[in-house]
Formats: sequence, structure tokens, C-alpha cells
Amino acid sequence: MQQSVSIRDLSLNFGNVKVLERLNLDIAQGEFIVLLGPSGCGKSTLLNCIAGLLDVSAGQIFINGKNVTWMEPKDRGIGMVFQSYALYPQMSVEKNLSFGLRVSGMKKDEIDRRVKRASEILQIEPLLQRKPANLSGGQRQRVAIGRALVRDVDVFLFDEPLSNLDAKLRSDLRVEIKRLHQRLKNTMIYVTHDQIEALTLADRIAIMKNGVIQQLADPHTIYNKPTNLYVAGFIGSPAMNFIEGDLRDGAFVAKDGTSIPVGSYAYLNGAGSGPAVLGIRPEHIFVGEAAQGMPYQADVEIEIVEPMGSETLAWTTIAGKPVTFRCSSDIDIHAGDKMRVGFDVARGSLFDAKSENRL
Amino acid sequence: MSQTATMTGTAPATATTEPSGPRPKPFFTPKRIIIYTTLVFFSLYFLFPLYVMVVTSFKTMPEIRFGNIFALPSQVTFDAWIKAWTSACTGLTCEGLAPGFWNSVKITIPSTIISIFIAAVNGYALVNWRFKGSEVFFAILIFGSFVPYQVFLYPLVIITRELGIFGTLQAVIVVHTIFGMPLLTLIFRNYFASLPVELFKAARVDGAGFWRIFFEIMLPMSLPIFVVALILQVTGIWNDFLFGVVFAGTQNYPMTVQLNNIVNSAQGTPEYNVNMAATVLTGLVPLIIYFVSGKLFVRGVAAGAVKG
Ligand SMILES: Nc1ncnc2c1ncn2[C@@H]1O[C@H](COP(=O)(O)OP(=O)(O)OP(=O)(O)O)[C@@H](O)[C@H]1O
Ligand SMILES: [Mg+2]
Repeated sequence: MQQSVSIRDLSLNFGNVKVLERLNLDIAQGEFIVLLGPSGCGKSTLLNCIAGLLDVSAGQIFINGKNVTWMEPKDRGIGMVFQSYALYPQMSVEKNLSFGLRVSGMKKDEIDRRVKRASEILQIEPLLQRKPANLSGGQRQRVAIGRALVRDVDVFLFDEPLSNLDAKLRSDLRVEIKRLHQRLKNTMIYVTHDQIEALTLADRIAIMKNGVIQQLADPHTIYNKPTNLYVAGFIGSPAMNFIEGDLRDGAFVAKDGTSIPVGSYAYLNGAGSGPAVLGIRPEHIFVGEAAQGMPYQADVEIEIVEPMGSETLAWTTIAGKPVTFRCSSDIDIHAGDKMRVGFDVARGSLFDAKSENRL
Repeated sequence: MSQTATMTGTAPATATTEPSGPRPKPFFTPKRIIIYTTLVFFSLYFLFPLYVMVVTSFKTMPEIRFGNIFALPSQVTFDAWIKAWTSACTGLTCEGLAPGFWNSVKITIPSTIISIFIAAVNGYALVNWRFKGSEVFFAILIFGSFVPYQVFLYPLVIITRELGIFGTLQAVIVVHTIFGMPLLTLIFRNYFASLPVELFKAARVDGAGFWRIFFEIMLPMSLPIFVVALILQVTGIWNDFLFGVVFAGTQNYPMTVQLNNIVNSAQGTPEYNVNMAATVLTGLVPLIIYFVSGKLFVRGVAAGAVKG
């Protein structure tokens, strides 16, 4: 299958600062890729390189099989949506949408047709004559998306398009973007540091750290089989619980001597041994009856309870480490309660303590 | 029941002593008194000479010689103004300030337009189209603003002479444009740097080039800074004496030089009323520019305050 966007050994330096180093990424036609990572890891930089707004230091970029490394942004077949909307303040919404088309010298009726179509899709027809200053944040972002839409491009680049919006609007627009993708079926590269956005929107997520892609996989794999400690800790809220210890004789022995059976764990390359870290997500620790039959069980005292509405978060200590677990809000649970909890390492992850990679 | 009724009935009486609603602001607070006294003092300090100038310009010479410089004119006459404009002696000729006024106009308009345009493009390029050595270029330009004018004077005389424009209006225009460059470029660069880069990037993605982005995206957002530059340049160039007297040549002396010639002429008795009228006339243009564009300026800032 033809790749929509291919990035080959891309490096980018700002002076002496290496922001991206030998980065490789292949994105299939119509795929929704989310670049997720902490602030300053180079997400925007990568997007700007793809857009042609930054000159790369080394490497190549292909879009639809064409080498666009030296091409101008407008010739790359991309549309870009920015975090701060970047609408031209002195132009009406209609002029904002049509600016790129007018620059390219397109015929008037074709421009009108495209502006009409985009404004229908985004439901901004009543706003066409307004100036950006007279729009709400959500409307502005829609216009910004429309500006990419009218250009009829193959690849959409989004740089944190929703992070200036309030929580409610963000989740609304998130759904709209997903709908838009299902309708248009073009390739989308979407930068965010909101993991909910990443998990809900992406076909595949690329987790970045210091300019290096740590893991590129579908949301399910990223969440359940994180490739290293960094990804495991970055994804998930509340975060995964980690217990340090040693793997010996088919069991995980925590620092305090607690032995946890790992017989059910599916190793990547055969059983490991030596210092390791066990990671288990809060929702994979079961309580009460559900704990029965788990390979590892323990009687613990509940320390703190945080009711979240749909579920309850509880804090306790397992194998000498503070651990959180989730349970249904129907369960009557209070600080000071003694309960039986249990989990199966098959649902968790084991990492080599030194390399921090998944075992 | 009746008790509560009386309670509510008395409530308004206590309300006058209890804080409620907007806090009363007494007019005579120490802070206000100090502020207004200072303001009034400085206004008088600056307005008084102006008052003396204006009243003197409307007097006849005999009345001036009488000595009461603060008194209003007993008989208002425009003779001094007419003489200052049309027939006062400015060196060799006696045609008043009018030719000087037009020379100043011919100098100020092109110098202002050219210097602002070049500086705006400079600032825009320095911010958005960084090129190799753009930082060095900028540093050199800024350094230029710290070198005293006098140092450049003689080299510039030679350069303009070699170019064959010494003693012409073009020479003054070129010199004003050069000397306006450092400060104006700095102003424009800082202004453009304060605009969101993403706007520029969006325009690039939309396919617009250097000039298109400059004229269609950047300029419409830059009214306030253009007005600032306009005020700076018009007042600066109009009030300039040095470059006018050095580079323009006698035919093209700007108004300031001619004013100096009128006021400092050694022949005859000094005509104070004419001098005063001539001075007010010369200062009028920057004053008008300031009043007109000051309003524009405020409007521009207010319009630019709402980011799109
Ligand atoms: N023009 C520049 N000059 C020098 N360093 C830069 C420049 N732009 C970005 N950087 C550096 O490059 C790194 C990556 O920046 P980038 O903007 O790509 O981060 P990001 O992942 O988009 O972060 P955020 O989530 O905060 O937007 C940062 O460390 C930043 O300081
Ligand atoms: Mg960013």
C-alpha cells in the first residue's frame, strides 16, 4: 500500500540543540496518527518539518510518494491547523477561508463552491461575514479547520488544535474532528499532549520523548503493552503502579520480599530474570469477590478513598509500595477497611530495570 | 411577625453607616490634589511661553516696545503673520517662510514615506524571513543609532557630492532615510515579533510569498505602529535643522533654517512680532500631525487589542 507520509532519518537542529534525530515514521493513506509527548519533545517541530515551515538538517520527507524535502509548504499538499487558530484578524471568515485559494489564482466560482462546501461541513455558514474577533473559541477553531479543508489537501496537520478550548468544547470538537476524518478519509497528523485526545482519535499513536519516537502503535497496544517504562508511565490516568524487584525462578520478588507469581505473563523474548519492574494498571487490580482466583492475592488496608462518580479510586500498599486501584462506585469502601485485592500479571507489564524495556 | 417588620423598617437607617454599594470617592484626596497641582503647574510652565508668543505675534511693534509682554494686544493685527509668511527676509531673499514651508513639505513627505516603508520591510524580514547573518545585520543597524550624527556628517557630504546630489532635495531625503533606519527598524522589528508567528506560518501554508504576506497580512495589522513611526518621522524631519542646512543647498533650505535666518538676522531692529509668528507657523505642522494622528493612534491600538 502506498504510504501517505514517509519520514526518513529526519534530523533537525536549532544551532547546537538537536531537537529531532534520525526520526523515521511511515503513515498510511487515510490514517489518523497522533503525536503525543510532553512539552518540548519536538512534536511541533516535526509537524513544521512536514509542513515545510522549517528546513530539515538531514533526512527526507515523502508525501504521496513524492520527495517534498525541498518543496514550499503550498506545494506539499498539506493543510495545517494551529493551536492559536492563526486566523487573519482583518479578514472576514469567508476571506480567511478563501485566502489560500485566491493566492493560488483559482477561479471565483470554484472558490465560492469550495468555501460553501467547507462551511457546510463545519456548520459555519452563518458566520461567513464576521471577523475572527467576533467569534467564540470553538468557532474560530472551526474556521481554522475550514481553511485547511478548502484547499482539498491529502494530509491534514493539526498542532494542538483544541488546547485553547475549555473542557466541554474540547470534547465536542474532538468528536467533530473524528467525524470529519471518517467523512473525508484523508491522512491526519495530530499533535497533542492530552492523552484522552490521543486515545480516542488515533488509529495509531506515536509517543515521543526528546525527539525520539518511543512507541508507534494503536491505542490498545500502547495502553496495554507499553514498550518501555516511559510509555507505561506517560499513558494512563491515574498512572500505572510500579513495583521494583527481581525476577527469579518464575516469580517476581519485590524489594520487601513479597513474591508475585508471573507464570501467566507473555514475555516478548522468553522468560526474563534479574532486576525488573512490575507495572499494573489501577483497573487491573480487583477487589472482593473478583479478587478470588487471581494468581496474586493480598489482604490490604485501604488508606485513602477518592470517589470519582462513576468509579472509586482507592490507595493502599502492596509489596511495600503505594498502589492505586479502581473499583466500581457501587462497592462500599472506606479508608481503614481491610480487604482482599488481587491481580494477574498477565494483564500487567514487566520491564527490565536497567534498559527499562518491556520483557 | 410585627417584630420582623420593624426590623426591616429600620434597616435603611443603618444602611447609611454600613458600607453598601459603590465606595464613595471624595474628590479632594491628597493623591488627587498632588496630581492636579503638578499637572496644572507643568501645563502653565509650558503654555506660558506659547501664550507670550501668540499675543506678541498679534501686536504692533510700537505696542511691543511699550514693554507689557504679558498683556493682550490692544489692537489685534495679522500684519506680522502675513509678513512672516510672505515677505520676511530669510538671508538673501525676502519672500517670507512660504518657500521654506514648501521645501520642508518636499523633504518631509518623501523622507517619511521612504524611511517608514524600508524600515517596515526590514523589520518584517528580520523577524519572519531570517537569513544567514540577519542577527549580525540587525546588531550593526542598531549600533548605528548610537553613533553621534556629527561623526557621519563629513563622510556623508563626500558621498552625496560623489553621487552628484549634494545641495539638492534628494540629498536631504536620502540622509533622513538613512538616519531614520536604526530606530524605525527596531520599532518595526519588535512590533512584528510581537505578532503571533503562527499567522505567518498559516499564510505560508496558504501559499503567500514575501510581499503578499507583507501587504495582505502584516500591514493591515500594523496601523498603530505605522502611526507611531509617522509621528516620529514627521516631527523629527520637520524639526531638523542640521541636515537641512548642510545638505539641502540655499535654494532648498527647509522652514527651520529659514526661521533661524529670520530670527537671527543681524540687520535692523528685531521684529519680535514677526519672529513670534514665524516660530508658531514653523511649529504648526508637527502639532497638527500630533493631534490628528494621536486620535488615529488610540483608535489603532484599540482595534489591534482584540486578537483574532
Ligand atoms: N526556534 C527555535 N530555536 C531554538 N530552539 C527551539 C526553537 N523552537 C523550538 N525549539 C526547541 O525545540 C524543542 C522542541 O520544541 P517543540 O516546539 O517542537 O516542542 P513541542 O513538543 O511542540 O512542545 P509543546 O507541547 O510545548 O508545544 C524545545 O526544546 C524547544 O526549546
Ligand atoms: Mg508544540
